[in-house]
Amino acid sequence: MLENNSVGIVTAQTAHFSEPLTLQSGEVLPQFDVVFETYGTLNAAKSNTVLVCHALSGNHHVAGKYAETDKNAGWWDNLIGPNKPLDTNKFFVIGLNNLGGCHGSSGPSSLKPKSSHKSEKDQPYGASFPIVTVEDWVNSQARLLNHLGITQLAAVIGGSLGGMQALQWTIAFPERVKHALIIAAAPNLTAQNMAFNEVARQAIMTDPEFYDGDYYAHKTVPRRGLRIARMLGHITYLSDNAMGEKFGRKLKDKIKYSFDVEFEMESYLRYQGDKFAGEFDANTYLRMTRALDYYDPALGYGGDLSQALKNVKAKFLVVSFTSDWRFSPERSREIVKALLDNELTVSYAEVTALHGHDAFLMPDTHYHNILRGYLSKVEV
Amino acid sequence: MVEFTQFRQDFAIIAGWVNFGGKVLDLGCGDGELLTYLRASLEVKGYGVEKDDANWLACLQNGTNVIQMDLEDGLSGFEDQSFDTVILSQTLQAMHNTEEIVQEMLRVGREIIVTFPNFGYWRNRMQITTGTMPVSKTLPYQWFDTPNVHLCTINDFEQFCKNHKIDVIERKVITDGNEVNFMPNLLGNLAMYRLKSS
Repeated sequence: MLENNSVGIVTAQTAHFSEPLTLQSGEVLPQFDVVFETYGTLNAAKSNTVLVCHALSGNHHVAGKYAETDKNAGWWDNLIGPNKPLDTNKFFVIGLNNLGGCHGSSGPSSLKPKSSHKSEKDQPYGASFPIVTVEDWVNSQARLLNHLGITQLAAVIGGSLGGMQALQWTIAFPERVKHALIIAAAPNLTAQNMAFNEVARQAIMTDPEFYDGDYYAHKTVPRRGLRIARMLGHITYLSDNAMGEKFGRKLKDKIKYSFDVEFEMESYLRYQGDKFAGEFDANTYLRMTRALDYYDPALGYGGDLSQALKNVKAKFLVVSFTSDWRFSPERSREIVKALLDNELTVSYAEVTALHGHDAFLMPDTHYHNILRGYLSKVEV
Repeated sequence: MVEFTQFRQDFAIIAGWVNFGGKVLDLGCGDGELLTYLRASLEVKGYGVEKDDANWLACLQNGTNVIQMDLEDGLSGFEDQSFDTVILSQTLQAMHNTEEIVQEMLRVGREIIVTFPNFGYWRNRMQITTGTMPVSKTLPYQWFDTPNVHLCTINDFEQFCKNHKIDVIERKVITDGNEVNFMPNLLGNLAMYRLKSS
């Protein structure tokens, strides 16, 4: 069943780009596909577009359902729809899957473009798919906008890794972004944050079924590694208090003096790990975490974020959550300080929330009022 | 145009101390009423700092740039001398870290404006002499629920400025919207100071 204020039944579209894309690494993608969805209607002036950038495991299916019988709607459905905070009566919303992804845009699991040798069979990129960065994603997203004939974004919005893309948009294309909503993000990752990514990657890469990333050819999946990577991720996305409240020390049955699932928390982590390992691609996970690690716009400015933002023109809303320890409020305040140093228009909210990093996806009333309030002021 | 339900003499005085088009930081900005007034009258580039969720949201809704943080933690997110004017309007008395916030304001602002209810006002003194804590329009709280932890008189504050090497550029004292020049520490209800480091 669809709710009243759902965007309804949606379909994904694919844009093919035959013009090569030079990546930050220097590698070149000779051609690529980007899969995307849109909600709402592009106005005549083409001035009402909001781009939604996804986080680590997200994709282009941001809102609505593919069929009424779908169990789940898009990953940010609570935010997007008619009369929702990101109101599709006003805005034309675009969600897309980033390069390197595993939901339809070119990535390690997609087939390499056919070579001239007819004898060669179609093969997935596998390990040969290049490492892509936040900068590369934003460049490819700009290509998608060009393809759709959209010059300027009314707003770009993203949480976590998506927030980094929103920030990068304002740096890379200052003339093309009017507003940026940067939620639960950071101007770069701390050593501790990168350390979690390294453990996650090691879990995947040491799985005997990883085969140096070419597991497709071996018809295997490094499921165990991906599962552990996701379990680790889930611990860091929740706060200690949220886990305490959700599971505490609750047992499924009674202590059995075994290593089976005995605590509710274990049951949750294993369920999340199994679910993810069944639907996500390990090579994509490696690339998404690497993009997180590498993003550091201040790097070319001796670590001075204010300098890195000196050409930025957009107006900003920055939001953090008090219990988020993976992308803590302190990190958001660094972004705010750099924006203030440049005398840019910015508001900053520190939302009191229990849920840790995951809070940015939750329909908390105050949080949604903030986004609704800001977006209602965005002129189209 | 922004309409105001009530003329605020204190806002008008503050506006007289702020440059046209200046960069202004209002600490504890509430629902953004003062900044809205300063934007409308002086086209200032204004930012507010507010801790309370409901006030923060009100600011956002009336178009005031607002940074959510606790003033008790200082102003570490703001560069030295990066604002023309930093304002603390009727909030000083509710601060725990009183000295720190004034020092921080002087660090961030080239000039600062501090206003506070004068505890030396004769009506407050009268209530004390009758044996009760003052409760009035300016000090509307009971002793047990007041956020005001550092009330002071005009004399106290001027001694504070002297001790901390703060220059008083201008002072205005008002009662019920009227300026008080005679015996301000006794007859003045609201004290307003324009200050800078000496």
